[in-house]
Amino acid sequence: MFQLDLFLQAIFSAPLFKGALLTIGLSLCVMAVSLVLGMGLGSMAGSPRRSARWLATLYVWLFRGAPALLVLLFVWNGLPQISEIFRAGWFTPFFAAFLALSLIQIAYLAEILRSAFAAVGHGQREGAAALGMHRWQIFLVITMPQALRIAVPALMNEFISLLKTTSLATVISLKELMTVSQFAIATSFRFLEWYGAALVYYLVIVSVLTLAQNRIEYVLSRGYR
Amino acid sequence: MNTQTAIQVAGVNKWYGAFQVLKGIDLTVNKGERIVICGPSGSGKSTLIRCMNRLEVHQEGSIIVNGVELTSQLKRIDRVRSDVGMVFQHFNLFPHLTVLENCTVAQRWVRKLAKKQAVEIAMTYLERVHIPEKADKYPGQLSGGQQQRVAIARALCMNPSIMLFDEPTSALDPEMVKEVLDTMISLAADGMTMVCVTHEMNFAREVASEVVFMDGGQIIERNTPDILFSAPTHERTKRFLGKLLH
Repeated sequence: MFQLDLFLQAIFSAPLFKGALLTIGLSLCVMAVSLVLGMGLGSMAGSPRRSARWLATLYVWLFRGAPALLVLLFVWNGLPQISEIFRAGWFTPFFAAFLALSLIQIAYLAEILRSAFAAVGHGQREGAAALGMHRWQIFLVITMPQALRIAVPALMNEFISLLKTTSLATVISLKELMTVSQFAIATSFRFLEWYGAALVYYLVIVSVLTLAQNRIEYVLSRGYR
Repeated sequence: MNTQTAIQVAGVNKWYGAFQVLKGIDLTVNKGERIVICGPSGSGKSTLIRCMNRLEVHQEGSIIVNGVELTSQLKRIDRVRSDVGMVFQHFNLFPHLTVLENCTVAQRWVRKLAKKQAVEIAMTYLERVHIPEKADKYPGQLSGGQQQRVAIARALCMNPSIMLFDEPTSALDPEMVKEVLDTMISLAADGMTMVCVTHEMNFAREVASEVVFMDGGQIIERNTPDILFSAPTHERTKRFLGKLLH
């Protein structure tokens, strides 16, 4: 039967806590990099140059089509087969997971950001340009904040989804939440308690993210209320 | 071109694909003049005024603003834009910034002014358009007429020597047209060089030094408002004014 003391012990155990930190850390790194590169890819998709648009479409097609598990295994096992440099010490499970998940996340975020930027009216850019503002100033101060407001709900959705996808990195032995739970189960055979503890961690993290989303939406919607 | 010339448009042709929107436009605006451009929709009047600060690109001819010819050189475009204010039909205020921030953002990023100084200048012009009390509101909380007055203040904050108005009252409810026109009239009284695309004929009669009538991408005729409204020479002008005035 379910043993409450074991369950609590699991929740407050050091390995599970470290695993959670790794899950959060990995998700944050992937999201940060994907936001920046996704913005670049998203603007390429709206570029007047055909080759740029084509390249962006190809990228999104590839990494939105490939399953995360496959990309993870491809990066972790496949890249070392391609080149010596991926057999060196720096190519850790964390880095491999970061690389694989970023490749996928960029594709998704590019799509979200492209449509969000398109939704900011052309008049906004013209209004700023008529005041003498430069392209990058217009992007930074005028279009990006407005596009982010539109994109926040979708971006948060992606972030939450990403957070749970990191659990797939267990197949490349990254010691995140799921891997740590599996290890503990392998020696204790206490499935309910450890899966339960891991579930609690995921739910807590997602709850915090949801609260953060509400806060961000509230701040960015100033002027629209 | 002498030093009294603010804008000189010479032999300008422009196409959208195969469609020619501007056909051999010649127009000189002297400093302190107030030019009103009118004409039916699709006549190219908005396109012409948008070429004057290079929001639109002309393909042939030359446009010289305050001695600077508009080419694809970004430096020149910046110089011209920082000296030419523009007011749009749909205001184009930044909805995520307060009224005050709308007025300070370009001062800070383009003019590189300190915040305190930018705010002072902004408040001066918000008082000028009679809405200093709305400084901390967002554009979405204002009426159309108030938004357009903010847009005028925002442009004036950059201390332009020329103001372009692209149908500034067309998107407004009738009862709000007056407050915007009054602001424009007071600007004209201060000697601002103005080019206005508008169908407000009473405004034209009151402030315009010259009215330009356009149709089919061409300037059909131009004259002082008194003469153009009472005795237009071209049939097309007569027909257009007939519809507008009666």
